[in-house]
Amino acid sequence: MEDFPWLSVLIALPLLGALIVGLLPRGGDELVKRVALGVSLVVAVVAGVMASQFDTGGARFQFDETYWWIKQFGVHWAVGVDGVALTLVLLSVVLVPLVILASWNDADRSGGVDVPARRSVKTYFVLILALESMMIGVFAATDVFLFYVFFEAMLIPVYFIIGSYGGAQRSYAAVKFLLYSLFGGLIMLVAVIWLYPLSAKPASEGGLGQGTFLFSELSKLNIDPTTAKWLFVGFFIAFAIKAPMVPVHTWLPDAAGQSPAGALVLIVGVLDKVGTYGMLRFCLELFPGAANWATPVVLTLAVISIIYGAVLAIGQVDLKRLVAYTSISHFGFIVLGIFAMTSQGQSGAALYMVNHGFSTGALFLIVGFMIVRRRSARVDAYGGVQKEAPRLAGMFLVAGLSGLSLPGLAPFVSEFLVLTGTFTRYKVPALIATTGIILAAIYILWMYQRTMGGPPTEKVKGMADLSTREVWAVGPIIALIVVMGFFPQPVLNVINPSVEQTLSRVDKKDPAPTGNVAEIGARP
Amino acid sequence: MSTTELVLARGTAVLAQGDISAPHIEYGQLAPMLLVFGVAIAGVLVEAFVGRTWRYSVQVPLAFLGLIGAFAWTCVLAYTDKPFHVAAEGALAVDGPTLFLQGTILVLALISLLLIAERGTKAHFAPQAAALPGSEAEQETMAAGITQTEVFPLMMFAVGGMLAFPASNDLLTMFVALEILSLPLYLLCGLARRRRLLSQEAAVKYFLLGAFSSAFFLYGVALLYGYAGSVRLSVIADQLSKNAGSETLLLAGAALLSVGLLFKLGAVPFHMWKPDVYQGAPTPITALMASCTLVSAFGALLRVYYVAFENLRWDWRPVMWGVAILTMVAGAIIAITQTDVKRLLAYSSIAHAGFLLTGVIATSRDGLSSTLFYLAAYGFTTIGAFAVITMVRDAGGEAGHLSRWAGLGKRSPVVAGVFAFFLLAFAGIPLTSGFTGKFAVFKAAIESGATPLVVVGVLSSAIAAFFYVRVIVVMFFSEPEADGPTVVAGPATAAAVALGLTATVVLGVLPQPMLDLAGQAATQMFVR
Repeated sequence: MEDFPWLSVLIALPLLGALIVGLLPRGGDELVKRVALGVSLVVAVVAGVMASQFDTGGARFQFDETYWWIKQFGVHWAVGVDGVALTLVLLSVVLVPLVILASWNDADRSGGVDVPARRSVKTYFVLILALESMMIGVFAATDVFLFYVFFEAMLIPVYFIIGSYGGAQRSYAAVKFLLYSLFGGLIMLVAVIWLYPLSAKPASEGGLGQGTFLFSELSKLNIDPTTAKWLFVGFFIAFAIKAPMVPVHTWLPDAAGQSPAGALVLIVGVLDKVGTYGMLRFCLELFPGAANWATPVVLTLAVISIIYGAVLAIGQVDLKRLVAYTSISHFGFIVLGIFAMTSQGQSGAALYMVNHGFSTGALFLIVGFMIVRRRSARVDAYGGVQKEAPRLAGMFLVAGLSGLSLPGLAPFVSEFLVLTGTFTRYKVPALIATTGIILAAIYILWMYQRTMGGPPTEKVKGMADLSTREVWAVGPIIALIVVMGFFPQPVLNVINPSVEQTLSRVDKKDPAPTGNVAEIGARP
Repeated sequence: MSTTELVLARGTAVLAQGDISAPHIEYGQLAPMLLVFGVAIAGVLVEAFVGRTWRYSVQVPLAFLGLIGAFAWTCVLAYTDKPFHVAAEGALAVDGPTLFLQGTILVLALISLLLIAERGTKAHFAPQAAALPGSEAEQETMAAGITQTEVFPLMMFAVGGMLAFPASNDLLTMFVALEILSLPLYLLCGLARRRRLLSQEAAVKYFLLGAFSSAFFLYGVALLYGYAGSVRLSVIADQLSKNAGSETLLLAGAALLSVGLLFKLGAVPFHMWKPDVYQGAPTPITALMASCTLVSAFGALLRVYYVAFENLRWDWRPVMWGVAILTMVAGAIIAITQTDVKRLLAYSSIAHAGFLLTGVIATSRDGLSSTLFYLAAYGFTTIGAFAVITMVRDAGGEAGHLSRWAGLGKRSPVVAGVFAFFLLAFAGIPLTSGFTGKFAVFKAAIESGATPLVVVGVLSSAIAAFFYVRVIVVMFFSEPEADGPTVVAGPATAAAVALGLTATVVLGVLPQPMLDLAGQAATQMFVR
């Protein structure tokens, strides 16, 4: 099994599944769902087997494959994963079957409010599977061009999911999502193309003598500082829109408000991670000098995102928008951790990406279940749910508490690492960011209190509790949140070696633990 | 002895000596062009001598065979030897770019022919062009079920001109080719079966503006002759490298010549005709113009700028920067307000001409090969898109207005899906040919230091994406109207769509062979 093309197979399997589902006869909706679920489970198992062979002490990129794709452009089909990419691939393949299970009836029933019901069930699952293939591809790509291809192609299935299966304002939200992402992507395209002539320069001028997009080659580039800054900005804008960071975050609440809950898990839980993953992988490692140059601005934006997202979350009246704003706050933490340039901060950020996927994923799924029951996403449409549907309320509470980083649940570990990691180098941003935790307590607990607490309102009376299918969809995520809260070490062991690589590339060492402020300030 | 007498005497002497020898024509190398022209003339004879009932069944195979034969010959020429020489006493150039462009034009013309050849209820052309719109004569010919067949020889003449245009090695030949390709197109534009007034208006507009631009072209040729003493591109280039002659003549001539060329590709500010003509012309002819004419015009532009004005590039590049920026931005922005699908694609075609100009500006081997690739990729996609437009029909013909396309995705998911794919290709989404093409020209432009131009290019791509996406929204996310258009697909049209789709996918996913081909065609650049 040494040379088995694990990642290519992982990318091809869901695509093949999408094709099979697409060719199934019309009208067999139940069959479509079962096949889609089956395919996604197979993918998860294959990924699991692959992950079990990952050697934490081995080469940085494992399961790597490199073939020529387009020679004229110096483009390879090059895939491979390091620890961070591996955990994100695993996050994707775990979430997809759960999302399929959770949105079993979302496509044939109206998922949102006053939406026409005539929609194709088959297309929905075809799009989800196609999206899974691209999600795996985007994390596995080790060729910048290939990464870009997945990065952009991914938008299309999401665009159709939001536009066809969303709420009343769905086409507005879909177009806004697509245009924001496309705009960022095109800016990045200029930077991507620019890398080619840079790498084609002779070695004496800092190039490689041959045009290429291979990440491993490009990271050897010696780019002059001014160009590097431009390139950094090109990449960073695309990733900041994707992540999303203030001030380019406004597409997310709209997309979240309109998109079906199941797809939302993938959009916020996985897709947006491409932004933060891209910052860690490409912005930092390809342009280390420029990354150091941009750090103050990025940290400021990150802190603003944390506070601004949290404050706006408190004020939301729509549950899906509320969770979306909490995510903007959480993405602020992730970016903070990445640009703190300490091993703790970056390990925490990488772990945060996974944990946030689970905790937000669970929240969105449960909100989706509530919407299916009450046909409304408004906070004031609920009240006293825990009396009528205790299992739902219980799961919601655990997911919510993980969102506010309660110790013992997974996000606590990552948030703690991010904050301590940031504090060792940048005291003020870390201090301000900490207030984000307090705000998190407000928005989560207040939301819980308003929807679940108190006596059941007229409309909530008789609300059904979670069905077995729904428990199976959310249960595994809740279990993972608890397990990873107590045993984060295995995941950290996988992540740490690649974070060390990134840090050494950026040429930063952790500040000495006892380091006084003056010494830290003296560092360039 | 007066001057006149001297000339006369010399002339007689020359004649007496028998010094005028017949020009040497390399028939083998010019066969594709000659074959197409031959078929066109044969088509005229068929119109004259074959009975009305048989004309269609003779014309269609004749045209197909002519184009296929010419394409086969082009391939043979390209593969047997690597041609790099001038032919017909230096009037025409047979080199890599010529053969690539001619092959592309022939294949695209074949696909357009599939659309043009539809007949019966799906016919696109007026049964009798001379009958006044709405007159009794028109109704009679309609009722008689007569099928227009003059379009085939007209189209073949146009295609012949398109083949000669990028191959012309001197400016006069280029002018003749320009006229051969334009005149039949003016006529063809006015032959639409439905909305005939609109169609005739388009034809007149195209004719007047086209004649105007031809005059510019010709004036430019005259001035350049004054500068270099020859219309041969290589002689102009030599003169430039010697830095001799009157600069005024040179610059004025180059500017006027450029007006004529830029008009043909619809670059801003010479784009005004495009939306009207594209909308009014019968859709198969629009497809032919949007693909083949664009390819041909870019071929000629490339030859003029890469051969004759190569040493003038420090003068023309800034101007071309301006034109390219204007073309990209204006094309993308004005398209947003369009409500007619054909007009929308016309503006999209203007924007694409701007993207192509960034490849021209690169003035490098990569610039040439990437422009060649882009032209082929764009040609296939655009024919496919126009073919889909011919399929979506109302009672009064094609459902041109965008609002009529509402909910097409629910009514006919396959057709709407294919059209959406073409739109995504226009928008340059990865895994479509549009992305590969854009990547290629932008890469060439960045390599030659035109990064700001590329930034403008991607920004206008983002703007352009907005209106492509808007069409997708209308098709997929709006509810269908009760009396919406129906989708009528003849087998030939369906074949054209399938070919366009296949090319768009293949050039997006596995572009290597085509890029190789374009790269090989450009290795030696243009012959001089």
